[in-house]
Amino acid sequence: MIEAKNLYKRFGPVQAVNGVSFVAQDGAVTGLLGPNGAGKTTTLRMLYTLMQPDQGQIVIDGRDAASDPLAARRTLGVLPDARGLYKRLSARENIEYYAQLQGLSKDITQQRIAQLSATLGMQEFIDRRTEGFSQGQRVKTAIARALIHNPRNIILDEPTNGLDVMATRSLRDFIKQLKADGHCVLFSSHIMQEVAALCDHIVIIAHGRVVAQGSADELRMQSQCDNLEDAFVALLDDKTSIGNQAGLS
Amino acid sequence: MNAALIVFLKELRESLRDKRSLLNALLIGPLLGPFLFVILTKTLLGREIERAEKPLPVVVIGAEHAPNLIAALEQTGLERKPAIDNPEVAVRSQQVDLVLRIPADYAEQWRAGKSAQVELLYDSSRREVNSQLQRLRSMLYGQSQLQGSLRIVARGLSPELTRPIQIAERDQATPQARGALLYSMLPYFLMLTALMGGMFLAIDATAGERERQSLEPLLINPVSRSDILLGKLGAISVFSLCSVMLSLGAFTVAGLWLTHGPMNLPVVLNLNFAVKLLPLMIPLCMLVAVLQVLVTAFARSFREAQTWLGLLQLVPVIPLMLVTLLELKPELWMYWVPLLGQEMAALQLLRGAPVGWLETSASLLSTLTAVTLVFAITRRVYASERLAIAA
Repeated sequence: MIEAKNLYKRFGPVQAVNGVSFVAQDGAVTGLLGPNGAGKTTTLRMLYTLMQPDQGQIVIDGRDAASDPLAARRTLGVLPDARGLYKRLSARENIEYYAQLQGLSKDITQQRIAQLSATLGMQEFIDRRTEGFSQGQRVKTAIARALIHNPRNIILDEPTNGLDVMATRSLRDFIKQLKADGHCVLFSSHIMQEVAALCDHIVIIAHGRVVAQGSADELRMQSQCDNLEDAFVALLDDKTSIGNQAGLS
Repeated sequence: MNAALIVFLKELRESLRDKRSLLNALLIGPLLGPFLFVILTKTLLGREIERAEKPLPVVVIGAEHAPNLIAALEQTGLERKPAIDNPEVAVRSQQVDLVLRIPADYAEQWRAGKSAQVELLYDSSRREVNSQLQRLRSMLYGQSQLQGSLRIVARGLSPELTRPIQIAERDQATPQARGALLYSMLPYFLMLTALMGGMFLAIDATAGERERQSLEPLLINPVSRSDILLGKLGAISVFSLCSVMLSLGAFTVAGLWLTHGPMNLPVVLNLNFAVKLLPLMIPLCMLVAVLQVLVTAFARSFREAQTWLGLLQLVPVIPLMLVTLLELKPELWMYWVPLLGQEMAALQLLRGAPVGWLETSASLLSTLTAVTLVFAITRRVYASERLAIAA
C-alpha cells in the first residue's frame, strides 16, 4: 500500500507538486491521470524515494519512506520514465544485474526470469544483446528487471508510452494479473481509455494538485458527464481556473 | 555480494565487450608513448651517430693551393667535392651545405710561417647544417693546433707555451643524467596513460549512463549511492592501472633495446624503474578515476564530458613545465604534491638517482589524502537529487 500525504515539491520558481494526497490500495490498480506537465512524474519520483518532498509524508506498507529509503525501495518495483538498458548486455544479463543489486540468489533469479519472460512473452529475445531492441522489447525488459524481486508495490510511469496496440494490450493483461495476485499497482498516464479500462481508483492531477479522485463511476457522477473523457475535461476546467502555475511532468 | 562489487563487476564486464574502448585503453594509450620514444630516439640519435661516422661532404675551392691540408682533412673524414662557380649563391639557395675556400696566397703565407686564412661558407639559419659545420670546424682547429705545435717544437720550445690554460673537463653528471634530458617527457606520457586508460569508462559509466537513461532506474535499487559510486570508481581505476602497467612494461622493453642495443643510451629504463614507480602509480590511478567521475558528474552529455576530460589531460603537463622552466631541483616538498611527486620520482629514477622511503611515503600519503578528499566531494555531488534526472 502506498500513501501520499500532502506532498509538495518546488524547482526554483516552479511549484511542480502542490499538495498531493492519495492512497493506492493493495489488490487494486490506481491510476494517476493528468495532462503533460501536471506533476505526475515528480509525484512518482518522490514516491519511489528518488526525490525528497519539500513537505509531506510518504508511507509504504505502513512505514515512513523517508526514514529508511532503502527498506522502502526493497518493497517497490519501479518502471521510471527513464528506462535505458545496457546495450552491451543481453536482456537476461540486464535483469540479472538488478537481481544481484536486490540481493536475490542465483536460483531464485533464474526462476523469476523464466516466470517473467513467460508472462511478458520475452523468450525469443531474452538472451540477445539489447542493442537494436524494439520499443516493446525494451519496455518488457525494463519491467522484468523492475519486478525481478517480486515487489508488493509496483509503480509504472506511463508504461504504455511508445508501445503499439498489441504490446499495450499484453501489458494491460499483465497489470490485471498483478492486481489479481494482490499487488498494489500505481501507474500514471495521460491516456483516458487506458485509465478507464484498468483502474479501480483514479487520481486526476493538474498543475500539481489533485483535482478529483474516485472510481470511474464516481468521477462521472461528480462531473455530471456520461463519459469519462468529458468528465476529465470538465473537472480540469472547473478546478484549474483558480491557480495558474505551470507544472513539471 | 556487496553492492559495490556487483557494480564493479558489471562495469568491467560491459567494458570488456566494448572493442573500441578496450583498444583505446589497453593498446593505443599505453603503447603509443613507448613507440614514439623508440622512433624518436632512433631517428634523432641514429642520425647523429650516422653523421659522426659518415664522410663529411664539403665543396672545396682552391684545393690545389693546400694539398697537404686537404690530404690531412681527408684522413679525418672529409669528402672533397669538386669546386663550383659562385659558391655564395649556391650556399644561399641551399644547393650546397658547406664550402671550404682556400685563397691563392695560402701556400705563400704558410711558407712564411704566418697564419694562413681559409674561408668557411655556410648558412647559419639552417639548423641541420650546424652539426656538419661543427665537425668541419673541429677538423680545422685540430689541424691548426697540430701544425702550431710542430712549428713551436721546430723552434726548440715546448708546445705548452701556446696553452697557458689547460681545461680539464670532468662532467659530474652520471651518464644516466645526460640521457635523462631526452627522457624528461617520459613522465608526462605515463601520467597521460593513467588519464586515458579509464577515461572512456569514466564517461560511459557516468554521463553516458545518464544520457542513456539508465541512471535513474539504477538508483532506484535498494543500494546506497556511495556503493554505486565505489563500484564505478573501482572499475575505472582498474582500467587506468592496467593501462599504466602495460605502458611501464612497454617502456621497459623499449629501454632494454635502447640502452643495450645499438643506441647504448645511458638511461635507467629497466625493470627496477617499473617496479619502483608502480606503487606510486596505484594511488594516482585512483585519484585520476575519482577526479574524472567528479568532473563528468557536472557534464550534461557524453560529448560535454569528453570535452571536460580532454582539458583534464593537460593538467599533468603543468607541474612538469614549471619544474623545467624554473629549473627546480628535486626536493622533498615536491613529493607532497600529488602528480608532481610521481613525475619527480619518474625523473629521478630515469636519472639513476634513488627515491628514498621518505619521498615514497610522502607521495603515497599525499595522493591517498587527495583521493579521500575528492571522493568525499564526489559522494556529495552524487547524493544530489539533480544527478539522476536526465537532461
